[in-house]
Amino acid sequence: MSISTALPEQAPLGRRIKRFMSDYPLVPLLILLILLVLVLQMLSPGIVNQRWIANTVKFAIPLALLAGCQTMTMLTGGIDLSVGTAATMAAFIVATQAVDNPAPVAMMIALIPAMIIGFANGIGVGVFRVHPLIMTLGTSLIGVGCLQVYQRTVIASGAKVPDFLIWLGTGVTGGFPNALLLFIPIAALLIFIQKRTGFGRLLYAIGDNERATRLAGVKYWQVILALYMFSSILAGIMGLLYMGLIRAPSLSLAEPLVLPSVAAAVIGGTSIFGGRGSYTGTIVGALILTVLTTLLTILQMPEGARRILFGAIILLVTAAYLRIIEDR
Amino acid sequence: MMRLLRQQGWVVGLLALLVVLLIVAKLIQPSYGAGDFGSLVRAVLPYAFAVAAQTVVVIAGGIDLSVAAMMALTSVTAAALMAGASEEFALLVVPFVLLMGFALGALNGILIVVSRVPDIVVTLATLFMLQGAALLVLNAPGGGSAEWLRNLIVGTVPIPVLPDTIAAFFPKALLLLVVLLCVVWIPLKRSRLGLSIYAIGSNQLAAFRSGVPVARTKILAYAFGGLFGAMGGLSLTMSTGIGAPIPGPYLMASVAAVVLGGVVLGGGKGGLLGPIIAVFVLRLARTILTLLAIDPNVTAIVEGTILVAVVMFGAFIAMRSRSR
Repeated sequence: MSISTALPEQAPLGRRIKRFMSDYPLVPLLILLILLVLVLQMLSPGIVNQRWIANTVKFAIPLALLAGCQTMTMLTGGIDLSVGTAATMAAFIVATQAVDNPAPVAMMIALIPAMIIGFANGIGVGVFRVHPLIMTLGTSLIGVGCLQVYQRTVIASGAKVPDFLIWLGTGVTGGFPNALLLFIPIAALLIFIQKRTGFGRLLYAIGDNERATRLAGVKYWQVILALYMFSSILAGIMGLLYMGLIRAPSLSLAEPLVLPSVAAAVIGGTSIFGGRGSYTGTIVGALILTVLTTLLTILQMPEGARRILFGAIILLVTAAYLRIIEDR
Repeated sequence: MMRLLRQQGWVVGLLALLVVLLIVAKLIQPSYGAGDFGSLVRAVLPYAFAVAAQTVVVIAGGIDLSVAAMMALTSVTAAALMAGASEEFALLVVPFVLLMGFALGALNGILIVVSRVPDIVVTLATLFMLQGAALLVLNAPGGGSAEWLRNLIVGTVPIPVLPDTIAAFFPKALLLLVVLLCVVWIPLKRSRLGLSIYAIGSNQLAAFRSGVPVARTKILAYAFGGLFGAMGGLSLTMSTGIGAPIPGPYLMASVAAVVLGGVVLGGGKGGLLGPIIAVFVLRLARTILTLLAIDPNVTAIVEGTILVAVVMFGAFIAMRSRSR
């Protein structure tokens, strides 16, 4: 209740603002992002400079990539919880394989498990019609187990992160993080797929009304299989990038980003029930979450209070945003 | 009628699977006996309550991602309150913690109803909040537990008419689990509220149009989920004697067992018995793999494969019967 009254919606002017915002759902998100940055600047003056921005973008990119997987799968009314495992496997394998193999070969090998996970997800969801939440949870359990077994076979050989990945993950050229070289094409591709291709339209159609889409002659399982394989490979690529950023292989590298990636997609206006959303919103959502994390770190509260605030803000933002774009 | 039969068929099948697994365990390790069964039940206890919490919510058409965090919070609260306190004081702590779980569960429901945000996102947010609150209560594992509370799940139930060898197969933990679940679940399922929970899970709009108070039912469903979560938290404190603020692996396990137990994600179908048997099956499978001296890491792979295979099989059967 209090959420809707807090928004500017008195008088015709308020309604006009609201109409404008619901027509351009990106605007309120950007306003929130700018507000957060302003608050940050007020709390610790001088923190917002070029280096800070580059750093924030650097840490927002992996989150945005994972949230991209969520956005794509959520469009069909699904969700992909195995992205954390796919990314972690890719990261861990590239670090251990790079010891003996040249970097490109190691990266290729690292993406294979991600493809297998995506294939299994696609078959389970598309052909056997298992609920995506369960299917991806199951494959991620299997993946974690396989990774642990794999770890014991390579424990003696040590790990080495390819220089190229470190350059891509941590490097900054002329004030811009190198990771943008990877992220911008991927983001453009995702947006292009969603807005301009038949495949993208099928995703929205399935999320909107699966039955009608199938009756219209769409091969449901083919679309779903392609979607989940795409999502897993994207997660694998994110794992490679994240490895370059963190530079310390671990068996739970990307797991802590899974739930925030769902949050980023939802804050960005993607409906978890399918049929609505876009990747541009998700990118802003990922930026908002990253800035929020910095903000909460700077406040120097106890860890517990920080988590409480984080949860509360996710909820508040989502609720307010849903009201803006839904109540017409 | 047909559907009812199929539903019960699933539970019977699970029960048969459980018996088969028990026989397998006995075959692998001839000394597998009452003591091992007792420790199995003690290990299952927190999982079973987590599954019960998830079941109520899933039947009502929701999903509760915050269940493990709820258990962590209630567990540390109980441990922190009981640390150094008298045995009698613990008598007050238990109802307080249960009430807290009920209230926090209701809060989950209220947030979902008021904010109109999907369940999965709201409980994701409350997952962070409950986790944070648990860290505020206890920064590191610690606290204590009353002696009588810990003794509740140690040992076996003395049944005078039965010989000791058979009575040994009735651990106190099993009795506690069965009593607590029955005391809450059976009256709930028989009541008007229980019917409403199934109704809103099955078709929210239809339920609303037939005069079911959807918002109130949803809030109460989450509240009962919170109550079971609090029981799970208490059982954690009981078995370890302390409280740990970091949530255990109960979220994944609860969702897995709920689905394995024949409760449909999306709501409206299934009962509590199936998921509870399913959680025993999953734990027992893990014990058997340990008995076989299989690398514990491979155990995770096998568990995941069982989950995926069973779910695929279930979906396949559902598909066959639908097309017929």
